[in-house]
Amino acid sequence: MTAPRVALAAALVALVTVPLWVPGDYYISVCSQILIYAVFALGIDVLIGYAGLVSLGHAGLFGLASYTVAVCLAAGVGHVAAIAAALVVTLAGTAVFAGLSLRATGIGFIMITLALGQIMWGLAYRWVSITGGDNGITVPGRPAPFGLRLDAPSHFYYATLAVFLLTVVATWVFVHSPFGASLKGTRDQPRRMTALGYHVWLIRFYACMFSGLLTTIAGILFVYYAEFISPPTVQLTSSAEGVLMAISGGSGTLLGPIVGSILVEIVKNVASAYIARWNMMLGAIFVAIVIFMPEGLVPGTTRLVRRALKLRGPIPAGAPAPTTAAAEPAPGEPAP
Amino acid sequence: MTALSIRKLEKSFGGLRVTRGVDLAIQPGERRLIIGPNGAGKTTLFNLVTGELRPDTGSVALFDQELTRLPARRRAHLGLSRTYQIITLFPKDTLLRNVTLSLLGLSPLRWNPLLRLERQRHLIEQAEHALARVGLGHLAHRPLAETSYGERRRVEIAMALAQNPRVLLLDEPFAGLSVDERRDVKTLLFGIPRDVTIVMIEHDMDVALDFAERISVMHFGEVVVEGTRAEVVADPRTKEIYFGE
Repeated sequence: MTAPRVALAAALVALVTVPLWVPGDYYISVCSQILIYAVFALGIDVLIGYAGLVSLGHAGLFGLASYTVAVCLAAGVGHVAAIAAALVVTLAGTAVFAGLSLRATGIGFIMITLALGQIMWGLAYRWVSITGGDNGITVPGRPAPFGLRLDAPSHFYYATLAVFLLTVVATWVFVHSPFGASLKGTRDQPRRMTALGYHVWLIRFYACMFSGLLTTIAGILFVYYAEFISPPTVQLTSSAEGVLMAISGGSGTLLGPIVGSILVEIVKNVASAYIARWNMMLGAIFVAIVIFMPEGLVPGTTRLVRRALKLRGPIPAGAPAPTTAAAEPAPGEPAP
Repeated sequence: MTALSIRKLEKSFGGLRVTRGVDLAIQPGERRLIIGPNGAGKTTLFNLVTGELRPDTGSVALFDQELTRLPARRRAHLGLSRTYQIITLFPKDTLLRNVTLSLLGLSPLRWNPLLRLERQRHLIEQAEHALARVGLGHLAHRPLAETSYGERRRVEIAMALAQNPRVLLLDEPFAGLSVDERRDVKTLLFGIPRDVTIVMIEHDMDVALDFAERISVMHFGEVVVEGTRAEVVADPRTKEIYFGE
């Protein structure tokens, strides 16, 4: 068994056994929150890491999914219908976001997504008759799929874990597919891709839709996790946190956004209990990452480990060469 | 039927007219050389033909099919390929992945988000074959960033040829190459079968004059001289453009 597979198996065992070794319901809930935000950060990373598009409006889509579920449930709609409505509404919203934002790339794309995200925040804050304004909406309980109640933190954690693993596998398949290769091509050389016969705009649009799907899933999980939704969830800082998760962990990797979400959520939920100025601490961590590992924690650590192995001695005969096309990066490694 | 027909093509950037009523008729299988001083509008002409730029007026047709209103990506599907003066490849990827992307561009598979690209053997084999054709088969798994300039030029040509073009536009394929690399690329270009029509912009006259059957000389956005090698070399306007009066 290769080292990455051993690490993957160990990570799976650790994830599955979280309720056994994490002390108390509060920390199990924090783990659920980490997984939810990991899905959110993965959605953002599809755009940043694989399409080269930085979105500052994803909290708007996240909130749209959460609010749709909350509004439906408050109106007496069942959970399945509420979740279906959230998927339809948020994917429609994503299509509008993408249609408007993809009129530009680079700074233009960032500014349009920022503006759209702020519109969503404004609606959440001001459209009181629907969203409850500052008071938000309280969700009347969690669903019970197949008769399994999700009220207990450990039960909800397992439901979240199952969804999280599905989204990670789906994203892995997506980025390693021919479409994923096309998407990475549009990130690196859009002009060349057009000359080769690719529809660059449409490829980016579909990538936005996949990113929106992941964001919708995260938003649905979040509203059931918190059993409440209010405007701060939709605000710009939530989008910025998602971007920081993806970039600090390592954009263009699958493991990077997950590591980034662990970092941000632990500082927010755990370190904040002991450090009053936890925001400053988070900022300092990001500055350190940018200075010492500008490519992000996961690719940076991989680089350091490789360098250490190189210093230790030559690679044994029979080991795969590090620069072959066949050596497609494992989850967590930088995209080629 | 002409392979590539360009009629009265005009393009201006603000007050600067970069192509002025360009007319070209290139026959199937022909090797056409386009020469002219820097700023003559040669690369702009290629960009107009491939659809990267929209002409102000005029038309472009590929085997009598009107291209003028078609987007650039559609032109690739109709058999128009090009290389760039400034090498435009995917430096993080291997040579094999570069050529695979070229093949994928014309395949419906490019929309598939479920299959694994590495398992598409037919595509990979075609890409390997295209690399072998330009003498780079042994470097297929090397990252592009670790190859020489001349090898990258050949990857560009491999990517263009992999798409089985009917018309191939080569923008200064010998630029920046060493003597040995020029020889390799020249051999490669001479080996392209006649069912591919080639239009080439080139400044290296020794190589280009050997290759081309007809030559068009551009100056200030106009085709001022056109003919066989002997006709163009003998024309006083050619000497005037290159050496002054």
